[in-house]
Amino acid sequence: MRREPLFNAAMLLALVAFPLWAWSADEPFLITLATKAAILALAGVGLNIALGLGGLVSLGHASFFGIGGYAMGILASHAQVYDPILTEPFVLNGTKSMPVIWLTAIVFSGLAALAIGALSLRTTGVYFIMITLAFGQMFYYFAISWPAYGGEDGLSIYVRNGFPGLNTLDPIQFYGICFGILAAVLLFNARLARAPFGLALNAARQSPLRVETVGMSPYRLRLVAFVISGMITGLAGALFADLNRFVSPTMFSWQLSGEIIVFIIIGGTARLFGPVVGAVIFVALEHILGGLSDYWHIYLGVLLLLIVLFARGGLIGAIAGRETAHE
Amino acid sequence: MSLLLLAEQVLNGLQLGVMLFVMAAGLTLVFGVMGLINLAHGSLYMVGAFAAAAVAGLTGSFLLALVAALAAAAAAGALIEMLVIRRLYDRDHLDQVLATFALILIFSEGTRWIFGSFPLYLNIPDYLSGPVTLPGGIEYPLYRLTLIAIGLSIAVGLWLLISKTRLGIQIQAGENDREMIAALGVDISRLYTIVFALGAALAGLAGALVGAIQSVQVGMGEPVLILAFVVIVIGGIGSIKGALVGAILVGLTDTLGGVLLPQAFRLFMDASAASSAGSALASMLIYILMAFVLIWKPTGLFGARA
Repeated sequence: MRREPLFNAAMLLALVAFPLWAWSADEPFLITLATKAAILALAGVGLNIALGLGGLVSLGHASFFGIGGYAMGILASHAQVYDPILTEPFVLNGTKSMPVIWLTAIVFSGLAALAIGALSLRTTGVYFIMITLAFGQMFYYFAISWPAYGGEDGLSIYVRNGFPGLNTLDPIQFYGICFGILAAVLLFNARLARAPFGLALNAARQSPLRVETVGMSPYRLRLVAFVISGMITGLAGALFADLNRFVSPTMFSWQLSGEIIVFIIIGGTARLFGPVVGAVIFVALEHILGGLSDYWHIYLGVLLLLIVLFARGGLIGAIAGRETAHE
Repeated sequence: MSLLLLAEQVLNGLQLGVMLFVMAAGLTLVFGVMGLINLAHGSLYMVGAFAAAAVAGLTGSFLLALVAALAAAAAAGALIEMLVIRRLYDRDHLDQVLATFALILIFSEGTRWIFGSFPLYLNIPDYLSGPVTLPGGIEYPLYRLTLIAIGLSIAVGLWLLISKTRLGIQIQAGENDREMIAALGVDISRLYTIVFALGAALAGLAGALVGAIQSVQVGMGEPVLILAFVVIVIGGIGSIKGALVGAILVGLTDTLGGVLLPQAFRLFMDASAASSAGSALASMLIYILMAFVLIWKPTGLFGARA
């Protein structure tokens, strides 16, 4: 158990050292790769709150990722052509300011998570998986057939949004923003897991009946966890759209939902740095193997299969040993 | 909206529905008997279609192609059951979802490796092409009518299998209490492999049949897989009757919704807004239907009482 905090610290150090090295070696592409890993890790950390801590297997988390992305896309696309979003009953302009966009992304994905969670959490098991998948698909098809914001073609945002005091087009500075957010959310996640709420949620995952007999409502615990999880994944979506300067309906696809779950599993479910490890491995594999072979997905599939069948705790489980509070 | 067009769309919806049923029947059997979510079912559909296209290209015979589809899909199903699925029966749903998701990746890229990225051709045989005049003056393609007939006969065949044969009784017992029938001396591993291969064969057949009217390409199984999941969730997991009802419901809703909704919206919106709003809502319609069914009956229409 002592190995895990050491491993986490090492991981954090690597996340700082690698981009700094890439910056000094003048390799901006590697910094961008690291940024992509950090953003996907953030999405995974969001899902991990619902999945790892709460035991809610949501195959529709791409809904929130996409909502965050489209929040950014809508605000920025209106701002870049100086066309207000609304003129009646009050004027609502777009914006290219990152903090405002993040706030919008968080609020809207939180609301969506509240609505989706309130309906889906009435079901359990495979029905929950399916209904979250269905909601993801609803958003996906809706985005495809919404021509105002690109439809199937997606929406390009020509210039990266602005953050007060920083030049966001500089890869290392944008990485700094994403890493800062990731670190803050990891800290939040760590504190949440040990707070009364996190403990109650963990208990609801293991034995909902007991939690009810003690007087708490598993439904409400799960709903709150689902909303928090959706908000974080939505923030990741906004950042992802900013990274690529492009939003498209694929941000809602169920394959993406599956990939986010894959990050968590590769790293280790419910481990704090699980999604981080998983995202880093995924991006690294995509870059390295993708360069070697066009069919690198086969290797990813085999790796995933081996991990699921033989290495149940993921990578961190293999390195740091069994955790005591989570089997 | 002429009556003729409506009747045609109803038949189209029926055809989509029965093909979904053939796909969903395997999925619901596997879940009902073995308690396993199998995301790789779409890949088995694709394997069947590719096998049919390859054999039809080599021999020119559609019938041989269908047999090849059944055989290839059943073999692929039996293979993955023995290698991978067997280890997942005791695991939780998350592990099953992930392992079968991994299988999708392997199958898709493997097929792309073998066959390339371009779609293959599978043509409707001459003796099944062309329209047929139905009572009422409706002209409908013979092939689609054949699909409806095949789908319905598979439904009857499955019903007979489940209710009248020994295997069917074992399947019913397995759905009810797995451990008990193992204790009573039924060879569980063999039963599971047979059920899985049966489901796989059905998926492969569906793939081959539909592949003739759509294209045979990598990733063709995914949209159908999602629809099949919606069907079994609406119908109730483990219930073949539910799969049939759910499939026909989904097929009709999807087809008729796509046709009628833009028309309905045209009543109070201008034409272009109506068609975009209508088609947006139509594509979301079956998911909305599923959400409503689950909220009303959390285990589906014919599902087990939770």
